[in-house]
Amino acid sequence: MQVPARFEYERASSVGHALMLLERLGPEARVVAGGHSLIPMMKLRLAQPEALVDINDLAELSHLAVEGDELVVGALVRHARLLADAEAGRLFPILHDAERVIADPVVRNRGTVGGSLCQADPSEDLSAAFSALRATAVIQGPGGARTVPIREFHTGPYETAVEPGELLTELRVPIRPGSGSAYQKVERRVGDWPVAAAGAVLVIHDGVIAEAGIGLTAVGAAHFAAPEAEESLIGQVPGEEAYARAGALAAAHCEPQSDQRGPADYKRHLVGELVRRALARAAERAGRGGLR
Amino acid sequence: MSAYGRMHRKEDARFIRGRGTYTDDVNLPGMLHGAVLRSPHAHAAIVSIDTSAAEAHPKVKAVITGETLAGLRLAWMPTLSGDTQAVLATDKVRFQGQEVAFVVAEDRYAARDALELIDVEYEPLPAVVDARRALDEDAPVIRDDLDGKADNHIFDWQAGDKAATDAIFERAQVTVAQDMLYPRVHPAPLETCGAVADFDRVTGKLTVWCPTQAPHAHRTLYAMVAGIPEHKIRVISPDIGGGFGNKVGIYPGYVCAIVGSIVTGRPVKWMEDRSENLMSTSFARDYHMHGEIAATRDGRIQAIRVKVLADHGAFNGTAQPTKYPAGFFHVFTGSYDLAAAHCEVTGVYTNKAPGGVAYACSFRVTEAVYLVERLVDVLAVELDMDPAELRMRNLLKPGQFPYTSPTGWEYDSGDYPRTLRLALDMAGYDKLRAEQADRRAAGGPLMGIGISFFTEAVGAGPRKHMDILGLGMADGAELRVHPTGKAVLRVSCQSQGQGHETTFAQIVAQELGMSPGDVEVVHGDTDQTPFGLGTYGSRSTPVSGAATAMVARKVRERARVVASAMLEASPEDLEWAEGRWAVRGDPATGKSMAEIALAAHSGLELPEGVEGHLDAVCVYNPPNLTYPFGAYVCVVDVDPGTGQVKVRRFVAVDDCGVRINPMIVEGQIHGGLADGVGMALMQLMAFDEEGNHLGASFMDYLLPTAVECPSWELGETVTPSPHHPIGAKGVGESATVGSPAAVVNAVVDALRPYGVRHADMPLTPANVWLTIQGRPFRTDLAIP
Ligand SMILES: Cc1cc2nc3c(=O)[nH]c(=O)nc-3n(C[C@H](O)[C@H](O)[C@H](O)COP(=O)(O)OP(=O)(O)OC[C@H]3O[C@@H](n4cnc5c(N)ncnc54)[C@H](O)[C@@H]3O)c2cc1C
Repeated sequence: MQVPARFEYERASSVGHALMLLERLGPEARVVAGGHSLIPMMKLRLAQPEALVDINDLAELSHLAVEGDELVVGALVRHARLLADAEAGRLFPILHDAERVIADPVVRNRGTVGGSLCQADPSEDLSAAFSALRATAVIQGPGGARTVPIREFHTGPYETAVEPGELLTELRVPIRPGSGSAYQKVERRVGDWPVAAAGAVLVIHDGVIAEAGIGLTAVGAAHFAAPEAEESLIGQVPGEEAYARAGALAAAHCEPQSDQRGPADYKRHLVGELVRRALARAAERAGRGGLR
Repeated sequence: MSAYGRMHRKEDARFIRGRGTYTDDVNLPGMLHGAVLRSPHAHAAIVSIDTSAAEAHPKVKAVITGETLAGLRLAWMPTLSGDTQAVLATDKVRFQGQEVAFVVAEDRYAARDALELIDVEYEPLPAVVDARRALDEDAPVIRDDLDGKADNHIFDWQAGDKAATDAIFERAQVTVAQDMLYPRVHPAPLETCGAVADFDRVTGKLTVWCPTQAPHAHRTLYAMVAGIPEHKIRVISPDIGGGFGNKVGIYPGYVCAIVGSIVTGRPVKWMEDRSENLMSTSFARDYHMHGEIAATRDGRIQAIRVKVLADHGAFNGTAQPTKYPAGFFHVFTGSYDLAAAHCEVTGVYTNKAPGGVAYACSFRVTEAVYLVERLVDVLAVELDMDPAELRMRNLLKPGQFPYTSPTGWEYDSGDYPRTLRLALDMAGYDKLRAEQADRRAAGGPLMGIGISFFTEAVGAGPRKHMDILGLGMADGAELRVHPTGKAVLRVSCQSQGQGHETTFAQIVAQELGMSPGDVEVVHGDTDQTPFGLGTYGSRSTPVSGAATAMVARKVRERARVVASAMLEASPEDLEWAEGRWAVRGDPATGKSMAEIALAAHSGLELPEGVEGHLDAVCVYNPPNLTYPFGAYVCVVDVDPGTGQVKVRRFVAVDDCGVRINPMIVEGQIHGGLADGVGMALMQLMAFDEEGNHLGASFMDYLLPTAVECPSWELGETVTPSPHHPIGAKGVGESATVGSPAAVVNAVVDALRPYGVRHADMPLTPANVWLTIQGRPFRTDLAIP
């Protein structure tokens, strides 16, 4: 059995309490949410925090609701809850597409949206999905709350804009009328991390693409995004040709690494293929009415 | 009334309530905990080991190193193949994950913490990772501990008639050759290995709880190696969470736990974690094969020849009968009527974990079946012939049994064409081919249909041919019938999930006219069971099951004498009918086993020279192996844009002779098919050029889930084994043996429009895509 090294444990009862605990315990303390990334690393002793601040009791971080023209997803919303939420799925099919292929039900029952983003694994699926959606992260610190566009949230592999002593509290996703979205992932087996994955969001007005969001993961795309591909789509008539061009641009601009999931050129190929497929599906959904 | 048939497994009552007792559930008063320090390098000299800081840890009770063990003459131990293996490294480490030191502490956490306090200085050496370079002139010598060893060669072995085979190849109208790799895979049981050792200094008795598939062999080896008298050793193999061959051998951790208990005088528990299990315990396969097949232009297969390079890792620890260093690989002529065949196998050392177990493969039969079934498909492509048709044309005919194969096996029984025909009918083969043709014509989505037909050789084995480290492969059985007619059967084999407690009770019940519920099966405790070699290679029902039937028949004969006294008739005048002994022609006089048992323990006057009671013992030495067979059809859909493979359907028709409990048989087949899908599509232990293990967790070593498995479509034919007392052949490994070839054949068939003739396992999306690109790669090495 793998056993972690010694650590202190505190259970927070409110966001304020959590922030206080983080301040008291210092920079070697870590927040634990679902624990499905952190605990395995602790058991392997790849992570050896001196203390854990458990935020699982913070109901104030578990909200999931439409507020005005945004969907607000609390940091402690579990994967399973997001997947089961009909409204979130109707507004953003990309989230359900992605959640369906993240890990397995056991992990999804515990793992949280906030934990996924803060873990900042270069293969995290939700990072690509929220990047495609151009969400905004809300971060709370001792000095109050601040917002960070998701494309500035990830500052490197396993690094985010959340400073020690801060908490990610929620994600705000803009609701765009006339949009459709989709997520496509290739994995070696169900529950596996992606070999490569792509998410697409399209807003179609008067038969042309008005807005495009493309998220990529596991392929070394900066900020999990494909801006060149997105630009190429604006003003285009939705169709195979435009999707293929966007796919090729996305493939050209990412930096996949060879590993046991496959060689870099295969992953690059997948980016083209999956971007193309995700765009087609997103457009189809937008065309079917998508969001009014 | 038959006691055979579907019934719920008796053992499930405790398993589904979470009331099983696994090794990790064994907690003894005063028990300490061990942890193993492992090598980070694949190949390195040990310059020094400093344990002082670990010893100073307040909760640490002992730190054991190779040096400590050398003082006890235990630094090295024999392997199942008669090689030696380091228990704890003294001179060098020879694979990543090799055992270097063992800490005994008051709890698991402290033991693990103390590992970090041990300071080992290594001097890294170049590693031999690629088996194909192991015999190069300039390859580093791994086993310089062996006297005069100057290369990495272990053995050369051959079977069959080389001259006759070569002669056929020279004249043959068609010959095809194919290189193929059966990659290194791991049995990966859900329960990892481990042990609780308790040495009692007062009685001198050693008790070891350990999930072993072969408790008696372990006891004898401990006695031989550690010098503890065998009657002072008790091995208890409690409930086991899967074995698949992983739990046959003795691992260094077991020896360390025992030594830890001896030096501390307290019980010591050691349970390995998942990564340790995947990195250091017995792997399976790792066969680099070059096969050739010769045939006439109209599709009569004449001969097969094979060259194999076998990667055995750093210590030759393969488990198989002594005579056969390549296991039963020479059963590779499969199910076909060949004129000649020949194989040469060369074993080499590499800087990888030792082992090479019967991972649900009945001693390399898996490799053999994969080889021949791929070769037949390659030939079918060459001849442009339907692979089902080609097989049908070459299968052995029922009239040819018993059949002696060109490599010397004596197949016991079979009706192969009937089984293949049933599988093709169940699959709707012609319709599938029509669908495929339509799709190909329309340039539609890719689909493939794969067939495999396998013959296994299981139930090792006849004593005159088969032993492991000198221990013959016969099994004992003991049967007691209590006065009230309830029975206790004691067997040497050990279930790892195969349902022995049910199946073996059914065998006794069938022989004695009892209810299976009235038979308790005791196994897994060497103090309570007779000697035998354990459960692996599908041998339990063929060997221990036969012993069970035979011992029950002995009891039945004793019962006959008692019944004759009860009925005041001579034993010859009694007949066994409907589970009772009755006066011939007068069934109303019948005495049940319960009635006879009570009489046997009573004051009833018995004939002169007859003892009371009904209990009996027996040892079963199998006259031959048994030869289960089957026909599998797999249908896959392949996405050429991503390389993803989806198994759409899988039809499996198995013939394992008489089925005692069909539900258990089907469970074994389901598991084996899932395993086969896993090996064909995802399971892989690869290594980078430094010898780093790239599959040391379940995030990287992928086991299939229900999502990757279709709803299995099972069929059966029954051809009893003529030499087995109840006609059963064993089924534990059939599906693992037969299914990988069917899956690979299906994928290769799907890729035929791209001119693909072969691709090595595992057929991951990346591998399939590269294959389509015409760029196949070495799946055993790190992806560049
Ligand atoms: C078997 C398995 C398979 C998986 N497969 C996938 C997959 O296919 N795709 C995928 O995308 N993911 C996958 N995951 C990852 C899974 O989605 C994440 O483990 C999980 O969602 C992370 O969330 P958590 O709540 O468990 O985070 P935790 O493990 O609790 O925390 C992760 C990190 O985030 C920090 N953190 C958590 N919450 C906050 C917060 N509110 N504010 C600041 N910091 C915070 C923690 O301190 C820690 O550093 C898999 C995980 C497992 C175990």
